[in-house]
Amino acid sequence: MKAAPALLEVEHLTMRFGGLVAVNDLGFTARRGEITALIGPNGAGKTTVFNCITGFYKPTEGRIAVVHGEARMWDELEPLTRRGDRKVVHSTGALFLLERMPDYLVSRQAKVARTFQNIRLFSGMTVLENLLVAQHAPLMRASGFSLFGILGLGGYARAERAALEKARHWLDLTGLIDRADEPAGALPYGAQRRLEIARSMCTDPVLLCLDEPAAGLNPRESAALNELILSIRDRHDTSVLLIEHDMSVVMEISDHVIVLDYGVKIADGSPVAVRNDQKVIAAYLGVADDEVEAAEAEVGL
Amino acid sequence: MSPAGASATARQAAKDAAIWAAIAFGVFIPLIGLQAVQDIRGELRLETRWPLLFSLVAVVVGISLLNSLVLAPWHERRARRAPRRNATAERLRIAFGRGFVPVAIAFVIAFPMLSLWLVGFQGSIKWIDNFGIQILIYVMLGFGLNIVVGLAGLLDLGYVAFYAVGAYSYALLAKEFGFSFFTLLPLAGMLAALWGIILGFPVLRLRGDYLAIVTLAFGEIIRLVLINWVPVTNGYAGISGIPRPTFFGIPFNASDTGFAATFGLEFSPLYRGIFLYYIILALALLTAFVTVRLRRLPIGRAWEALREDEIACRSLGIDTTATKLTAFAIGAMFGGFAGSFFAARQGFISPESFTFMESATILAIVVLGGMGSQVGVAIAAVAMIGGTELLRELDFLKSVFGREFDPTQYRMLLFGFAMVLIMIWKPRGLISTRDPSVFLKERKAVSGKLVKEGHG
Repeated sequence: MKAAPALLEVEHLTMRFGGLVAVNDLGFTARRGEITALIGPNGAGKTTVFNCITGFYKPTEGRIAVVHGEARMWDELEPLTRRGDRKVVHSTGALFLLERMPDYLVSRQAKVARTFQNIRLFSGMTVLENLLVAQHAPLMRASGFSLFGILGLGGYARAERAALEKARHWLDLTGLIDRADEPAGALPYGAQRRLEIARSMCTDPVLLCLDEPAAGLNPRESAALNELILSIRDRHDTSVLLIEHDMSVVMEISDHVIVLDYGVKIADGSPVAVRNDQKVIAAYLGVADDEVEAAEAEVGL
Repeated sequence: MSPAGASATARQAAKDAAIWAAIAFGVFIPLIGLQAVQDIRGELRLETRWPLLFSLVAVVVGISLLNSLVLAPWHERRARRAPRRNATAERLRIAFGRGFVPVAIAFVIAFPMLSLWLVGFQGSIKWIDNFGIQILIYVMLGFGLNIVVGLAGLLDLGYVAFYAVGAYSYALLAKEFGFSFFTLLPLAGMLAALWGIILGFPVLRLRGDYLAIVTLAFGEIIRLVLINWVPVTNGYAGISGIPRPTFFGIPFNASDTGFAATFGLEFSPLYRGIFLYYIILALALLTAFVTVRLRRLPIGRAWEALREDEIACRSLGIDTTATKLTAFAIGAMFGGFAGSFFAARQGFISPESFTFMESATILAIVVLGGMGSQVGVAIAAVAMIGGTELLRELDFLKSVFGREFDPTQYRMLLFGFAMVLIMIWKPRGLISTRDPSVFLKERKAVSGKLVKEGHG
């Protein structure tokens, strides 16, 4: 089988905070239609990678590129990099250099959405309002940047109906439709996690970055989350980049796993290959490579 | 309750009352117990007012005992009876909220007629000018600041600067170039909005306390410029003889071409008062209408989302810079409208009218009203401004405290008490629930406990 075309290409990504190197010369590829998992022990630099991809941090070094549409757009990568621009857009596809874009444009133009490790909902707004805020950019355009919207002119009413329809679709999928008019802050924890995913999906992303979506979920909720993520991949033409500690989630749904330790990539491959990788086991057990067997015997593996 | 429990409660109540008595005594000795009086030779003598002091302390002790023996147990019993807030009551409350607005608008439209009918031609001037117009100016300022503080969650302590920009823009342009009020009104609004953006740019990166300090400084800078740029603003002396708004070109004066003469009426300043009343009412309603519409547009939702969580906003493709700037600009624009109206109404402005106290009053209106709530802001403006005006009329207190008692001196004290009490009773403001901007099946008010105040 031919590998799916690359969607996200991270090259030589380095992020330094003063003397601390959080991510060191990291390179990986996330392919279209795949779920790519980024795993590693605590403090390995996973969330830093996410923050670099989504524009919240400016990486010290490196290139992060995303392609929409045709894979031929990758040919534009070198010329674009040299030109110093942040994007090329053709009718058949587009190429974005994320490290050159401010965070809100990463979401608005490059269509890379994210969730947060510690849930960030608009807790005083209702579930439905949360989903409408996510559709800010298209609605803003439809309201003529508020000028026509105030007077009730233009196609704003139609645009808002479409936005509500999309919100309803995601509420149905996440099982939140009955709680649509409740404040987001009043939802139970698991529902808040699902709402955050629904909200980022309302931005129509090509790549969804989930930062520990299963954290704090019980096994049943966790299984439902797996279903949701798989349906996002299969039915909504959105690829997923996932940070997760819950190995049942990672091994079950991901197509491709990248392992980080101390900011360095130590493994990259299929879930099965990664699971049996000596370096990965060593990193998770916190010992050097040659001591793995002794340590495994100690913990009874 | 067991006898032992009852005696423990009584002992605790006595202890609380003693502590309150001590605090009240300490506070009231300098405020009330001692009085500096000028004697015949013009020298100051210190007089004591023990009876008054002790009666006030007794009142405090009484309130404390009432609270700990009657009110607190009652509250506890009520709280124990579990949350019985059923859906019907909630719906009724919302229905009342719905009905309140039209009734209130009908009342303010009919207000001049009502006051003419009730207190006659002479008495109306005070009610329409001192109460009606004054309150509506603050309602409008409250609505404007509500966009910045209540919706976008950006604490602005220098809002009066935009009020001043609007007032001076109108005063200077009207005097220099003779443009009419209605031409200059939008222009003054736009100039204030421009200053809103100018303030907005440097403070975009600041949050919370830091933002508050810089906006406070901005308000002071504008005032100091007004004081010191004498060639343009005439400094402390202010600008007088500012042209008044005319009724489609007909001035409100006693001349033969004036409003009264043209319509065959006897001259009275009341006509101008009523005319100004309706101008500011229209402006306030326009502000309210625009804000209500904006709240239901993406920009309004983005403001509220910004107040809730700025980082989440950015992850959803919202340009927080532009969103903050529009909040500053639109809030400032309404402040500018109110300012130019103020200049046109007074006919005289000076930097004295634009002190920090004004900013604080407007902010207090927004906070007391409940951040983000239009109805709350309007009620708070009526209570705060109407209340302070009413406190001027406390002559009846002279019969209680003696003839030399001057109630106006206690205006701000009573006012402060009232504010403390409201904040104890309703910590999130008078209207503490948030009305969602859109709903699928049912409009449910969002409890104020979940709504964030914003952090910058």
